Amino acid sequence: MIQLNVNGKPQRADVDPDTPLLWTLRDSLLLTGTKFGCGAGLCGACTVHVDGQPTRSCITPVSSVAGKKITTIEVVDNSRVGKAVQDAWRKLDVVQCGYCQSGQIMSAVGLLKAKKNPTDADIDAAMAGNLCRCGTYVRIRAAIHEAAKALA
Amino acid sequence: MTQAIHNLSRRHFLQGSAGLTLGLALPAFAAKGARTATAAGSAAAFEPTPFLSIGADNSVTVISKHLEMGQGTYTGLATIVAEELDAAWSQVRVDGAPADAKRYNNLAFGPMQGTGGSTAMANSWEQLRQTGAVARAMLVAAAAKRWNVPAAEISVRDGVVSHAASKRKATFGELAEAAAAEAVPATVPLKDPKDFRLVGKHAPRKDSFAKTNGSAQFTQDVHLPGMLVAVVAHPPRFGGKVKSFDASKSKAIKGVVDVVAIPNGVAVLAKDTWSAKKGRDALAVEWDDSAAFKLGSEEIFARYHELAQTPGLIARKDGDGDAALAGAARVVKASYDFPYLAHAAMEPMNCVVQFTGDSLEVWNGEQFQTVDQGNLAAMFGLPPENVNIHMLYAGGSFGRRACKDSDYVKEAASIVKAAGTRAPVKMVWLREDDMKGGYYRPQFHHAMEAALNADGSIRAWRHRLVGQSIAKGSPFEGFMIKDGVDGLSVEGAASLPYGIPNLQVELHTPSDITVPILWWRSVGSTHTAYSTETFIDRLAAESKQDPVALRLKLLDKHPRHAGVLRLAAEKAGWGTPLAKGKPGERRGRGVAVHESFHSYVAQVAEVTVQADGSVRVDRVVTAVDCGVAINPDVIRAQVEGSVGFALSAALHGEITLKDGVVEQGNFGEYAPIRINEMPKTEVYIVPSAEKPTGIGEPAVPPVAPSVANAIAAATGKWLTRLPFRSDELKA
Repeated sequence: MIQLNVNGKPQRADVDPDTPLLWTLRDSLLLTGTKFGCGAGLCGACTVHVDGQPTRSCITPVSSVAGKKITTIEVVDNSRVGKAVQDAWRKLDVVQCGYCQSGQIMSAVGLLKAKKNPTDADIDAAMAGNLCRCGTYVRIRAAIHEAAKALA
Repeated sequence: MTQAIHNLSRRHFLQGSAGLTLGLALPAFAAKGARTATAAGSAAAFEPTPFLSIGADNSVTVISKHLEMGQGTYTGLATIVAEELDAAWSQVRVDGAPADAKRYNNLAFGPMQGTGGSTAMANSWEQLRQTGAVARAMLVAAAAKRWNVPAAEISVRDGVVSHAASKRKATFGELAEAAAAEAVPATVPLKDPKDFRLVGKHAPRKDSFAKTNGSAQFTQDVHLPGMLVAVVAHPPRFGGKVKSFDASKSKAIKGVVDVVAIPNGVAVLAKDTWSAKKGRDALAVEWDDSAAFKLGSEEIFARYHELAQTPGLIARKDGDGDAALAGAARVVKASYDFPYLAHAAMEPMNCVVQFTGDSLEVWNGEQFQTVDQGNLAAMFGLPPENVNIHMLYAGGSFGRRACKDSDYVKEAASIVKAAGTRAPVKMVWLREDDMKGGYYRPQFHHAMEAALNADGSIRAWRHRLVGQSIAKGSPFEGFMIKDGVDGLSVEGAASLPYGIPNLQVELHTPSDITVPILWWRSVGSTHTAYSTETFIDRLAAESKQDPVALRLKLLDKHPRHAGVLRLAAEKAGWGTPLAKGKPGERRGRGVAVHESFHSYVAQVAEVTVQADGSVRVDRVVTAVDCGVAINPDVIRAQVEGSVGFALSAALHGEITLKDGVVEQGNFGEYAPIRINEMPKTEVYIVPSAEKPTGIGEPAVPPVAPSVANAIAAATGKWLTRLPFRSDELKA
């Protein structure tokens, strides 16, 4: 039994210690907003925050995050930055299929928490780990600038 | 749950308008977290057609017969209904229809339900305008009766029905039940386009909210009581079979419930995904490859190159291409190689199936409803109507989820069958299973020859294509393959719009290459646009003509091609000097125009080629003519996305085989572009009163050739192998 702190709540998961955080969130805690895309840390669809840091949950053993603060897309609007990013995503209609967008949003929130007014180069650097097969990159970039403006 | 309304005039309307019959149950959605409250909860007081229900709670629910896989179809279809209904956009919701060809067939496909070929808007336009207008007329009739005023004095706007003289108002919800009792009008007037308030204006996406807070339900997200998760070991080669397997180590893993042999491998069923994966990885399987496909990509190309030396079946013949080439003073030749491509949707293939004893319940990002329904019914000996398909959002598809033989859907059902379980089973393909699972855009080879007259005009054009047939074995085989020529192989080549007196298009369809293939976003045009549009540029260069001017000269009978070409050229500043790059950088601008699925797209690309041969695409300007622009922002989004999707293929995309084994497994080896490779995009929509056509695919084909033409302008090198190789472009 592993003790976790997910979205501000204590949680217990009866899983092997090597189970990736992704599958613990999805299959044990039924928090399905965090997506499975590659299982190898290559696409970023599984991005969550661990103690505020964007983290690829598909390659993070659940045992390594016991006691740490895990935040998922389901409560992203609890933070001011998270709300601004979510609002910008909606205002600009960034999503297409939407499958990668939880991860995109979590990475974008991580960027804006670290850097208030990112340049395009900052955005490229922070977001290059998040694939979007639909090609919504133009709007992702615009939405991050939009959120930065709203937060200024 | 919902009250069906039966009356004779209504039946007449439904049958008369679209060949539909009654039987109105809203889609049942039993999985956890139904995505809208409407289907599961609030009563539908008024269902004028199978495409619309209006609740007493004032909700307007549009029932989409088409899959939402990112292309914005839920938003586009809702835009049409809401326009004629005069609903407030904020009260409109969308729900997925169940599989049912009687009510929900694709009018472009014949008696089957499915989403593809960029047909959703085109085949729904009249149908959903009628739906909205009929419902509006019935709401007005109900209000007229209630207020005892003439219907002609009643107006509707933003979901409110009102009578100005008596200052009476009512919402749709307040009138819904009374409207349901009204006779369905035989004919209804449709709006004059000048009165449109939503079509052609800004109506935001209906799926943005749920897709930005994690609540949107994809197949991957389905959790049902007692559900098992299955992960499958597939044969390493297409056509391989299980010889024997040892599941003892798998069964020892905590959470693993069962291990079963299925027609295409061995499935491990477990209580959760990770246990199933561990169980799958612990399997020891011996494969029987005796009947498997064992060639590599290079060997396939070698065969194709040989075939291209001989005449193929005629796909188009104007004049006499062979004779004109034989007698020509100047002949230009080029040949092209295109690899297999994986769809690689972000959501790997998956499907949830439950056998209840007398029915199958299926949860799927369902793109080919009645094909899958029929195939599953046959597997279980059930009538098709006992296969209930619950259509969920798809995390991308690009054609993959409309599988011509229902491969992954049948595989999920075969696991349920082999395990003999009544539990719901979610089959999950891991990324590698998806990428190695076949059903690729086919590998193709093209050989082209053109003859130029002394004045530079094109006297002859011969285009020979070699590649597997997609239509073969699909429901479209009968009408797509004519005299041995698969229209999907030659589309874009046989439909070349340029006025050339001797034009010949030929096709070889090798039948001994058995790699599973499928339509891939824009299908034949994925390769034909590349060869035709780079070859025409080459001829422009050979005859020292401007590429835009030459095209316009040859497009005098094709005003819509010419229209988008002119617009893209103007917006891109064609003919003006391109800003110079840094020292060592070579820059160029290129153009391409192509029609697919009755939509016309021209693109101008600007590129920078580095000394090491790497290519950066800086800007892509697109002009599109897809008839009436129902939802312009969705159109812009589809074009932007198409640029990224097509660049992924042009710059990196390649599935290769070695001894029959696919060499790529994950996004490391098969790399879609990332945000740092995405160019600036600009999208211009030609105003049009023509019937709407599609936009999910048509902006893909011109991207690669416009970029290749820009690279040629920058470097003088004509790239004929996809994806582009930087070693061909070193300074």
